[in-house]
Amino acid sequence: MLYAILCYAHEETVFAWSKEEEDAVMARLIEVQTPYAQAGKLGPVGRLMPTTAATTVRKGKDEPLVLDGPFAETKEVLLGFYTLEVEALEEAVSFAKKLSAVNPGSSSYEIRPFYVFHPGEFKHSETKT
Amino acid sequence: MTDIAWVELALTAARPQALGALLRYFRDLDTAEEAFQEACLRAIKTWPDKGPPRDPTAWLIFVGRNSGIDVVRKRSKNDPLPEEEAFSDLSDAEGDMAERLDNSHYRDDILRLMFICCHPDLPATQQIALALRIVSGLSVAQIARAFLVGDSAMEQRITRAKARVAKAGVPFETPGPAERAERLGIVSAMIYLVFNEGYSAGITNPDSAAFCDEAIRLGRLLLRIFPAEPEIMGLLALMLLQHSRAKTRIDTNGQIVLLEDQDRSRWDSKLINEALALLDKAIRHRKPGPYQVQAAISALHARAPTPKDTDWKEITMLYGLLERIQPSPVVTLNKAVAVSKLEGPEAALDMIAPLAEKLDGYFYFHGVKGGLMMQAGRRPEAREAFDRAIALANSAAECAHIRQQIDKLGAVTPPAV
Repeated sequence: MLYAILCYAHEETVFAWSKEEEDAVMARLIEVQTPYAQAGKLGPVGRLMPTTAATTVRKGKDEPLVLDGPFAETKEVLLGFYTLEVEALEEAVSFAKKLSAVNPGSSSYEIRPFYVFHPGEFKHSETKT
Repeated sequence: MTDIAWVELALTAARPQALGALLRYFRDLDTAEEAFQEACLRAIKTWPDKGPPRDPTAWLIFVGRNSGIDVVRKRSKNDPLPEEEAFSDLSDAEGDMAERLDNSHYRDDILRLMFICCHPDLPATQQIALALRIVSGLSVAQIARAFLVGDSAMEQRITRAKARVAKAGVPFETPGPAERAERLGIVSAMIYLVFNEGYSAGITNPDSAAFCDEAIRLGRLLLRIFPAEPEIMGLLALMLLQHSRAKTRIDTNGQIVLLEDQDRSRWDSKLINEALALLDKAIRHRKPGPYQVQAAISALHARAPTPKDTDWKEITMLYGLLERIQPSPVVTLNKAVAVSKLEGPEAALDMIAPLAEKLDGYFYFHGVKGGLMMQAGRRPEAREAFDRAIALANSAAECAHIRQQIDKLGAVTPPAV
């Protein structure tokens, strides 16, 4: 089964991290991911830019409306995602628990099974964090 | 990160919104600050054990408001109890706790908190200090270090600035659209002041360099509450782009490194990408403003893999646009630099000649003039301009940079008599 693991957090808090705190968290997260990547279980991992960089297209009366900002204005926002290929939910849960343990900024990880629509590879993968 | 460090970060993040709401309730900055402080103390006591509440900001507002009410009542023990109307929104506190905070109030709460720091009577440095103290919650000691003054001097400065703000009266009525737009403009300028203080003083003082991060945080906050304002997108993009070069614009000896000499591979691509995304969003609105145009210029530098790939034609065009929206001799000076890349130094020198009087006391004018004169092979005039620049330099780094230019110029032969 393929799972998308979606990381939610309080954006203000995460963006208040200093560079050192940020680097320390990232290092710990990578440590958790590495064995999964080596086992060929880890698909694309993304970190989303702040919601201020988001644009939402919403169905309009005639043509779709293009609005500034994220889809949902909640206190906790989607901050990033992992894609993981594992036999069963249990392993995805254990992965998410490990991520959660090393990431003080996240408050929830949503685990959502998904189908591959297009495996894709980016031609210009310049948008790295 | 320890639990306490985590709680402190959450408190910092919640501060503008929680303090802004408490200011609305109590209509007095000192009471609001005390109430927030009390709520923070309780958070530090309870959150590490119980875990942070689901909505830390709502928690802080609720707890802060209760403690503030106690304080106000105690203070006026001998006076009759204040009328309920003395505090706004006191009814149904439980309901308020559950109230979603992204209601119409909260963006005006945050804007008001930022706006009171921008009182026109306050000089720029006081606006910066006040905003960092009140909105960002930096300690007086942190701010004092950044401004290279003692703690007590800074404490006094902030106290005086607060008294000034209190005397002026805090505008509590909900602003109308025109007023809100005006406040946004003033607050944007203040945020950019904070950024520039960090940008210029940060060269020699790491305590000031942190202001850049803080200004970016405030910019993100402002844009989050006013998500469809292209000028705030522009402001944030501009700060991100300038900050993306923080590591490369000063060398290990503390010397200024010009844009064209910077190691572009060390520019922070994460910040650049966020800025480019914001700029794309802003441009869709087709309402250009000074921050957007400056960010667009900065983005053209960010997009050029090497200095010779820079699109000077587009940059010249954008400076022309900026001249029309916000005419200033400094903008014309910058445009002249772009023109020099396309048409050579003499064309640029012609453009800046009429600015000489207005910009005579401006370091950068003489630095640019000297550089252009040098390119044009007019060495004595270059030397003269550089000497003038040194006399006007604002920092040792600026001074050293001009000295390097003079070294490049070599020994100047005196003009033949």
